[in-house]
Amino acid sequence: MTTASGFLRRASSSTTTVGRPPGHSRSRRFFGIAVVLIGLVLVWELAKWLGGDPWRIHGTVAGLQIDYEHVPPLHWRIADDLSLPHVWDIVRAFIDPAQRGGAPLGVVLAGQAAFTFGEALAGFALGGLLGLALGVLFVHSRLAERAFVPYVVASQTVPILAIAPLVVVAIKADWLSVMAVAMYLTFFPVTIASMRGLRAFDPRSLELFRSYAATPRQVLWQLRLPSSVPYLFSGFRVAAAASVIGAIIGEQTAGVASGLGSAIINYNQYYISGPERLWATMVMCTLVGFVFVGIVNLAERILTSGRYRPVEGLL
Amino acid sequence: MTIDPTRPEAASLPAFPVDEAPTVVEAVGVGKVFGTGPGAVAALESVDLTIHQGEFVSLIGPSGCGKSTLLRLIADLTHPTAGTLSVNGKPPGRARQDRDYGMVFQAPVLMDWRTIAKNIELPLEIMGYSEPERRRRAAELLKLVELEAFADRHPWQLSGGMQQRVAIARALSFDPKLLLMDEPFGALDEMTRERMNAELMSIWRRTGITIVFVTHSIPEAVFLSTRVVVMSARPGRISQVVDVDLPPERSFETRETEVYFRLVTRVREALRQDEPADEGPAVTEAERVRNEGLS
Repeated sequence: MTTASGFLRRASSSTTTVGRPPGHSRSRRFFGIAVVLIGLVLVWELAKWLGGDPWRIHGTVAGLQIDYEHVPPLHWRIADDLSLPHVWDIVRAFIDPAQRGGAPLGVVLAGQAAFTFGEALAGFALGGLLGLALGVLFVHSRLAERAFVPYVVASQTVPILAIAPLVVVAIKADWLSVMAVAMYLTFFPVTIASMRGLRAFDPRSLELFRSYAATPRQVLWQLRLPSSVPYLFSGFRVAAAASVIGAIIGEQTAGVASGLGSAIINYNQYYISGPERLWATMVMCTLVGFVFVGIVNLAERILTSGRYRPVEGLL
Repeated sequence: MTIDPTRPEAASLPAFPVDEAPTVVEAVGVGKVFGTGPGAVAALESVDLTIHQGEFVSLIGPSGCGKSTLLRLIADLTHPTAGTLSVNGKPPGRARQDRDYGMVFQAPVLMDWRTIAKNIELPLEIMGYSEPERRRRAAELLKLVELEAFADRHPWQLSGGMQQRVAIARALSFDPKLLLMDEPFGALDEMTRERMNAELMSIWRRTGITIVFVTHSIPEAVFLSTRVVVMSARPGRISQVVDVDLPPERSFETRETEVYFRLVTRVREALRQDEPADEGPAVTEAERVRNEGLS
């Protein structure tokens, strides 16, 4: 049996060399993000340098008297301080108190972001379940698919801004209606992704399950759902981002006092006196989206550990 | 053991005592037509075949001769349009519900989210075996196919030959008395294939299981089988049955014996006789070269 053990040994050593891509990809990924961010800030400030409002620094820094005034050569309306505040003004807005003598805006926004995130998460969870349930229904019943899929598509062609007030009027309870709007935007990408994913199994494995006399339920749990995971998570990522938007729109329509939705309305009203606050709020919105999508990615990574990944990608 | 459809009683060599063994598969006048109307294709026509317990029967023939269709009919993955078919004395559908057979396809068809051990346990999970029992059987089968060291690996970490061994272990996990194999080694290189042939041979001898084996390879069919069923295409039918009177103990040396060569030649000639003159060679040139080179 020397040939057999030799064969096994050779195979086992070769499998150890087949591993994950080298570990520096993580640092390279953050390097890429940083480079683009710096590039964006540079372009932003360059536009302001060329066509923004004049500005002046004067004061004492480390015992040195500084007095510098910059007058841009051009005048572009989109680059003035109202349309495009200085990056450092936006950064400073996070630190400055939100109200006279109150907590820094960053802290206030973080609290509102947490509130919105909670609503988005609830909407995502319910919308995800609904989307998955619809997907399961549609792949099992051609009749249901034919009857309902057009309406599922139609539901997303009606602007959410028209739907949201109806939902608020119908449900009334503030928090619940916000969640419902988030759910409305969430279930669609999950439905689409699960319809694809639940049919993405290898057809030969269905014959295998047939040869075991497996029940449709066993086929669903042991074959369809596991092989749908990569598709499902693509849908979840779209849904995660959509649920944040849904929650914000829901908050605004329902008139919920806390959350990023009200912050946007609030800082929109006082835009003239402090445009950087609205910009800071927008930054916070993207951060919520980032965190959400990051959590989805992490969940996928954990759930698919050990599976073959031909190409490592961010999304 | 009457198989020749044209002369049912004329099969010359009743060489094996398996005649007295219980019947596992019995096909009488089985036909299969795909589609209806003018586009209909007759895949199989009037197939009579009886397979007894403990036999190793190979189905060989050119592409389109319906050998895979016949196997899939036995497996109840498709239904005959003519004749009657029984597996263990039952209709194939009943036999499938009773989990009477294990199936191995040309591709391993492993679940890539499951480890090797969990892949072998899959049918056991579906059939409701207890967890300790599943573990015990998986461990036993991993030993049988010499893959103990890979229990916790995932399919993509194994070579094609190893994956196919996992598929065989999975098919054997619930102790079926009948193993249906559809070109299981067709995707493997010759060297791995010969090794797998030897392993399958020893599994067959140790378990006493009945095997129906679809293949394109003449040497493989002769080396493994107790009977080789030669089929012809358009429509698919059984043209000849060759009894393999090789000793039950077979090794790599068997492939160099006189009897073996004679049998390979017989099967090849049986295949050649059925070549339709107007439709080109039934066995592709590549296959012929490969088979010639081997023997």
